[in-house]
Amino acid sequence: MPSTRERRFMQGNEAVLEGALAAGARFFAGYPITPSSEIAQAASVRLPALGGTYLQMEDELASMAAVVGAALAGEKSFTATSGPGVSLMQENLGVAIMAEVPCVVVDVQRSGPSTGLATKPAQADTMQARWGSHGDHSAIVLAPSSVQECFDLTVRAFNLAEQYRHPVYLLSDEIVGHMRESVTLPEADEVDIITRRKPDVDPADYRPHDWESDGVTPPLAPFGSEYIYHANSSMHDDTGFPNADPENARRVISHLHDKIEKAVDDIADYELVGPEDPDVIIVTYGCTARTAEQLVLDQPVNGCRVSLLVMRSLWPFPDAAFAEIRAGGIPVVVAEMNLGQMVREVSRVMGPDYPCHSLTKSNGIPISPREMAAFIEEEVL
Amino acid sequence: MKALAPYLKSEDLPLFWCAGCGNGIILASILRTFSALELAPKDIVVSTGIGCWGKADDYLKTNSIHGTHGRALPFATGIKAANDDLTVLALMGDGDCATIGGNHFLHAARRNIDVTAIVSNNFNYGMTGGQYSATTPPHSYTSTSVYGNPEGVFDLCEVGQAAGATFVARGTVYHANQLEGLITDAVRHRGFSLVEVFSSCPVYFGRYNERPSPVEMMKYWQSRAVPVQRYRKMDEDSRVDRVPIGVFHRDDRPDFNTRYRDIRARARERMEGRG
Repeated sequence: MPSTRERRFMQGNEAVLEGALAAGARFFAGYPITPSSEIAQAASVRLPALGGTYLQMEDELASMAAVVGAALAGEKSFTATSGPGVSLMQENLGVAIMAEVPCVVVDVQRSGPSTGLATKPAQADTMQARWGSHGDHSAIVLAPSSVQECFDLTVRAFNLAEQYRHPVYLLSDEIVGHMRESVTLPEADEVDIITRRKPDVDPADYRPHDWESDGVTPPLAPFGSEYIYHANSSMHDDTGFPNADPENARRVISHLHDKIEKAVDDIADYELVGPEDPDVIIVTYGCTARTAEQLVLDQPVNGCRVSLLVMRSLWPFPDAAFAEIRAGGIPVVVAEMNLGQMVREVSRVMGPDYPCHSLTKSNGIPISPREMAAFIEEEVL
Repeated sequence: MKALAPYLKSEDLPLFWCAGCGNGIILASILRTFSALELAPKDIVVSTGIGCWGKADDYLKTNSIHGTHGRALPFATGIKAANDDLTVLALMGDGDCATIGGNHFLHAARRNIDVTAIVSNNFNYGMTGGQYSATTPPHSYTSTSVYGNPEGVFDLCEVGQAAGATFVARGTVYHANQLEGLITDAVRHRGFSLVEVFSSCPVYFGRYNERPSPVEMMKYWQSRAVPVQRYRKMDEDSRVDRVPIGVFHRDDRPDFNTRYRDIRARARERMEGRG
């Protein structure tokens, strides 16, 4: 192992902050909420020492607005919250989507609905992260299942935000956020970071939303540069100024959706864990992926070989991963801590007649390996 | 007009606001302030809310963020906290600032973030058809208070001062010369500054309340407004139907960014000490 790497024992939420700092984030705005508060606390300690800013706002609406504002001023910015906070952030998340402002929202999920079981885990924001905020849009959502992934995927979340100029979710959960594991923190020069490009055209020709001319992400000028810029939540054209023409609206809405949906192969991150020729595949993510790992270690389970499809990116949905499984005809079990959110998407790809089973649990207690084994015995075999 | 050219998208004139609306007067006062202070358009960021006044950025050649209803201040706060070199204004209506965004108004004032809030107060929601807001006077009529407004009002200047704003002023669209001075002082002030502007909305608020013409609305402010120095000496009876205008409050409490610079220095010291 390279001697430059630092081995540390830390909490998932702490690793998120380390990842954000490594990615170059220097601005955090948020509002305290369990089980995400450790991220805010660590940000308040570390950011000012690095010349950055920790802003504790009056609520989550303000937090998301401040994050967007800071991003427009040139900072890599982020917030951390949980389900109730995400609900409040949705309107201003829409501003980031519409005005194409890169930023990261960390959602450390807890049990709902509403205040729910505020200190207990859940994975029930899976659809909120995809569809939350009105209007047509797409979503980039990454889901860590280990402390190492809290670091790695946070770095990636910032990179994807810059690449697609879109707010990116890191969808963690109470278990992943609070568990402690060893992580390897790379040296600064070992981290691949996408740095925001500055425009190099004549200021009069700057088109902040022109994705077509160069075929790459148009640079987002920071407020205060010679490139004067209008960020607009209203329908706008390439200049950022309002444009209500129906053809322009069609083009912009399609673009905001397609720039992400058509990049699914680039964004998708999943891994088949266990034997390559299993009798059953458990599709899972986040904390549930960790309990499912035990089944891989306990092979065979009830006489059958079990593999996992661990999803590290949830949205845009990686249809291709499931098309491969479908060709093999192997039964799948979608295990998640909600009443069946991701299973709907898996079923869509697999089709109505495919053996696609839904293992759900929504009481604040994780799905145990024993429950998974029993489910396979009763429902699949 | 020529002096305003660097800031105004004159090709988009005429303004889309109704005839007799006060917003054009407020916008012109802001542009004259930019010109008087010789601010470069690239160093200005204007954060707008939603509503009639929220469209003001459409006419500006400065940077702007047109965000969501009531949230102009938190967008502005993020911008100013991230780059202290920028001159940041938040343009809000009474719906934006006093009503849906009331919480942000309180906390921006408390935080004393160096942002200038220019509130165009026309006492109702013009864009959505003249409904009552948190500044609609009791008993007055709007499209959702046809029997009279049952609610009380916020006096934005009193609320702002109580919440910690370090520059508080009020003007009207009739007193245009004074207004430019108030806005200029507010922009120059380091800290959270509020300029509330009593505006005119003949099409909705005026029509519902027996002042349906632009001239009547202007005369209303001409006859009601009293300089604050004089108002403070008036007895209670004389104050009936009079409103004070001018600079109400000014203090030099350090703004958020100044204080946060100290925080950064302390954090650095602590981290270095830890070695």
